This record gives sequence, structure tokens and C-alpha cells, in this order.
Amino acid sequence: MDLIVGQLFTGLSTGSILLLAALGLSLTFGQMGVINMAHGEFIMAGCYTAYVVQQAVGDAGVSLLIALPLGFAVGGAMGLVLETLLIRHLYHRPLDTLLVTFGVGLILQQVARDVFGAPAVNVTVPEFLRGGVDLLGTTVPKTRLFIMALAVVAVAAVTLVLRLTPAGRRIRAVVGNRDLAETAGISSRTVDAGTFFIGSGLAGVAGVALTLIGSTSPTTGQSYLVDAFLVVVAGGLGRIKGAVVAAVALGTLQAVFETYSTASLAKVGVFIVIVVFLQLRPQGLFTLRTRSLA
Amino acid sequence: MSKFLQSRLGAWTGFAAAAIGLFAVAPLIMSGFRLGLFAQFICYAIVAVGIGLAWGRGGMLTLGQGVYFGMGAYLMAMHLKMADAEFRNGPGAVPDFMELAGVRELPAYWVPFASPAFTVAAILVLPTAVAVLLGLAVFKRRVKGAYFAILSQALAGAFAIFLIGQQTLGGFNGLSYFRYFFGFAINDPVNQQMLYFIAAGVLLAVVAVSLQLRRSRYGELLVAVRDSEERVRFLGYDSANIKVVAYAVAALFASVAGALFVPVVGIISPASIGIVPSIMFILGVAIGGRGTLLGPVIGALAVAWAQTTLSEQFPSAWTYAQGLLFVVVIALLPGGISSIPALARRIRVKNRPEPVEATA
Repeated sequence: MDLIVGQLFTGLSTGSILLLAALGLSLTFGQMGVINMAHGEFIMAGCYTAYVVQQAVGDAGVSLLIALPLGFAVGGAMGLVLETLLIRHLYHRPLDTLLVTFGVGLILQQVARDVFGAPAVNVTVPEFLRGGVDLLGTTVPKTRLFIMALAVVAVAAVTLVLRLTPAGRRIRAVVGNRDLAETAGISSRTVDAGTFFIGSGLAGVAGVALTLIGSTSPTTGQSYLVDAFLVVVAGGLGRIKGAVVAAVALGTLQAVFETYSTASLAKVGVFIVIVVFLQLRPQGLFTLRTRSLA
Repeated sequence: MSKFLQSRLGAWTGFAAAAIGLFAVAPLIMSGFRLGLFAQFICYAIVAVGIGLAWGRGGMLTLGQGVYFGMGAYLMAMHLKMADAEFRNGPGAVPDFMELAGVRELPAYWVPFASPAFTVAAILVLPTAVAVLLGLAVFKRRVKGAYFAILSQALAGAFAIFLIGQQTLGGFNGLSYFRYFFGFAINDPVNQQMLYFIAAGVLLAVVAVSLQLRRSRYGELLVAVRDSEERVRFLGYDSANIKVVAYAVAALFASVAGALFVPVVGIISPASIGIVPSIMFILGVAIGGRGTLLGPVIGALAVAWAQTTLSEQFPSAWTYAQGLLFVVVIALLPGGISSIPALARRIRVKNRPEPVEATA
């Protein structure tokens, strides 16, 4: 029983990290069909934001509270610049966008290396997140619980924005059918920029959260990126629900595989499961019914 | 001039000129060390020809060619380590790195690699078979575009992590220190030149195969699938099969390149086949011109040359340059340097714009 609970928890925990990384991707990939390879570097920017804020403020608790919104702003601003300068102009070339943003990611990594140095840096975990909580017979680190809570809050916030606000309605309209939305008077350019800001901002938040459980190096973001993409692919494009289910499923799968074999085989196992899964559902877990013909 | 180059006679003249350049001129003007480097670049160029076929002609952005490159390389490296062990301690001996790790018993899957014939067959068949299986699984279900790109990239990542975990394949350090290549001492300059000649010959052969495929009916279909897959399917062709062939050929090229890379460079490790190296294979193809026959070759050679000359002196600047090249070339010059003459002509004539090749 303890083993199952432990694994379930590890799965949820890995899944919530994946989800934080994938949520923004799901928005931008889903809406614009754009693969932003620099998304990982936005996560990394969030990590370094947390680091810089802590260096400046000193107190770990206060700095975390400042870093979370600031990370959102930093990631979002970077995303906005990228969208305006590059991605907007490559609209009909999704594969080229992938390669261009990979180039941007390379540059951002090197900037981080030149500014902060190649060795990893660490952020002190605030006092109130140290230690663990006993839950159903296993000890659960508080940092992991915090990340899970953060993931839940992020999903709830995104869902509320998409469902209830006028901006969210416009985003959904553009996802559903870009041309029709434009005919109805929605500026798809503004919506794209807005979506990119939110999606990239979520990457920044994910970065801040990641500093609680690991150290930060210029390649931190890259290591999460591919897994995050797999979550988006398996979950179905543009579906927040799909991203949630896929993230938890992949996290649990990874945790289970790791228990019964090695971490390296677990990666291969997860990959095979996803390829097989795409055999059954090529469009991902939840398909978005759109009125576009593509 | 361009008409001549497109003709059959032009192709043969081009091949003759390239052969003379590679086999006669290059060994004359380059020292042994430089020739070895050039052989290494040629290995990248062979991978690039395959990517040019799959991505440039077929529209499949394969971000995981490192997998097939790595398969070829590891298969060859296993044979070279076996041959090395056999030379030192007789048949069935354990390779040196395993001895150091305390492995006394040879793992079963290593045993067949004592045979050179088995190794060569494995290098040709195994990666191709994997590519066919994966290609069928993916393309038959019409997983394409960005989805395929991400899957191929995930495959590269998973493969590299898998190899790091395999202690009987050298783990993180990979396999290195080879002394004999099918019985020839690798550190002998004469044999190193021979390795260069083999690599150059393979490059010519690979380009010839690619040229034949491009000129065949199949090549027409491949481009058609790239530009309008739906329409090809409506015409009654199975577009998945067409794509699988190009993908498998690209995998075969990458595997052969990897197999040559091992004796030429003397080391293969997970670090040179993971996600980042795999995507770097793309850079040369993009710069040279993805849809052209020779663009990928020239681009790959140029990038590899720039990498070796610049990365040691200015490691930071080279990374910036790589990033900028990705951004600038793909955003502004999607046809690569091969498209510059056509662009210039278009600007001069100011005629109706002709379709730029391969922007898919």
C-alpha cells in the first residue's frame, strides 16, 4: 500500500512539474500551431529570475513571493518579443518556426552561460517549505506539495481566463477558426501576442517553481522541453484538459517504469508507450472540434 | 549553365570533377591530420544528404537522425572493440573497458559482433529496419508535421539516455580507443588515408543514390507528398509508403556515416548523438539549401569546418553564431545559399515571383 501511494505521489509530483512546463506550450502550440523550442529557455529565465531576486532580497520566503509574478512577467515579456520579432512573420511555416526558435534558445542559453556562468546555481528554499508532511503513511516533501498546488492554481487560472473573460473568448474563437474569428472583428494578431505572453509567462512561473526542487543551469529548460512537448502531443493540441491528464499519466508512467527498471529504460518505455498511444489516437487524448478544414 | 548541370551529361561531369577533387586533389593539398578532419566532415555530409532527401524533398523534419547515426556508430564500435580484445587476449575475450568495469563475462549480444560480415550487415539492416517500423507506425496513422518532428526528437533524447544507462556499451563515456579497422592498424597514416578514401567514396555513392531517387518517378511523388499530401492520396497513392522509403533511406545514410565516423574519429559517446547533435545535423542542410542535391553536402562541410576552427578559439561566439545562423538562414533564406542565385535573378528581372523551393 505504501509503495502504491508513494508511486502515485511521485507520479503526481513529476506530472505537476511536467504540467507547469507544458501548460504554456499547450496554449501556444494549440492556438498557433507554433512549436516554440525556446520555451525551455523561458523556463530557464524563470529559474534565474528566482535566483536574482533571492540575491537581491535575501529572505527566501519573500523572494519566492516576488519571484513568482516577476517570473511570469519576465517569461511573458520574452515571449512577446519573440512573437513580435520572429514568429509572427513565419506564420505559415510551422516547421521553420521550430528551427528558428531552437536558434533563439541556443542564443539564450549562451547568454545565461555568459551572465551567470556555466556551473549550476542554487536557490535557498524558504523555511516554511522545508521538511515533509506525513500523508497516508508516506512522507511528502513540502516543496513538491507546493508545486502541485501551483500547478492546480495555474490550470484553474488558465481555465477561468479562457472560459470567463472576453480575452479568453477571443482566444477560443481564434483557436476554433482563425478566419471566421477575424471576420467577426477579432484581431488575431493581438490575440496571438496575448496568448504568447500568457503561455511564455507560465513557463517563467514553472521556472521559479523548479528552483525549489533542483539547481539551475543554462541547460535546465532544455531538459524539460521534450517531455513537455510529449505531454502536449499526447494530450491533444489546445486542450488544457488533455495536458492535465497526459501530464499526470506520463508522470505516473515514468515513476512506475523507474521503480521496476532503470531511469534510462523508463525514458525509452515512455517513448514507446506514446508511439503506441498515437496509433490508437493520432490526434491525442482529447481532440478539439474545430470548424476549420485543416 | 544551369541547363547543362541538370542534364545527364552534366551530372556525370560533376561526379567526375568531384571524384578528382576528393581522390586526387584533396590528399595532395592536405596534411594527414587535415585529411582526417575532412573525413570526419564527410561523415556529417553523408547524414546531411539523407536529411536533404527526407526533409528537403519529403518535408519530414527529422530531428532524430542522431539515433541512426548512433546505431551505425555503436554497431561498428562494438565490432572494433571485439576485434581489439581478440587481438590482445584471443577469441571471446572481454573488451578492455568492460575489464576495467569488472565485467568478466562477455554479454551475449556482443558475441556476434566478432564477425565483420555480421557487423556490416547489422549496420545496413538494423537502423533501416527500425526506421521502416517507426515510419510505418507514425506515417500510416498520418502523424505528420510538427508531431513527427517532436516524436523524432524525443526518440533521439530517449536513445541517448538509454545509452548512458548501458554500462556494457560504455555508459556516459561511450566507446573509444580503437586499434584495428578490419585488420588494418588505425594509427597508420596509410590506413587513415584509406579511411578518408572510403568516406569520400561513400559520399559520392550516397549523392548518386540521392540523385537517382530525385530523378525517378518516386522522387516526383515524394515532392508531391511534401507539397500536397492530401492530393497525392486522392490520386490513389499511399503517401505513407512514399514517406517511409525516404525516411528509411535517410536512416541508412546516417547509419553508414556513423559507422565510418567511429574509425575516423576514434570515439562515439551519447553526447554526440543526443537531441542537440541531432538538430545540429539540420543546420548544415538548411544553410546549404534543403531542397537541392549538393546544398546539404556543402552546408554540412561548411558548418563542420566552422565548428572545428571557431569553437575552440571562441566557444561563446560560436554558439551565438550557430543560434543566429538558425534564425537568419531559416527565417530569411529558407532556400539556403543555393537559392541566392535564383533570388538575385528574380530581383534583377523583377518578374512575377517564382515559387521558392521547399518552404514546407
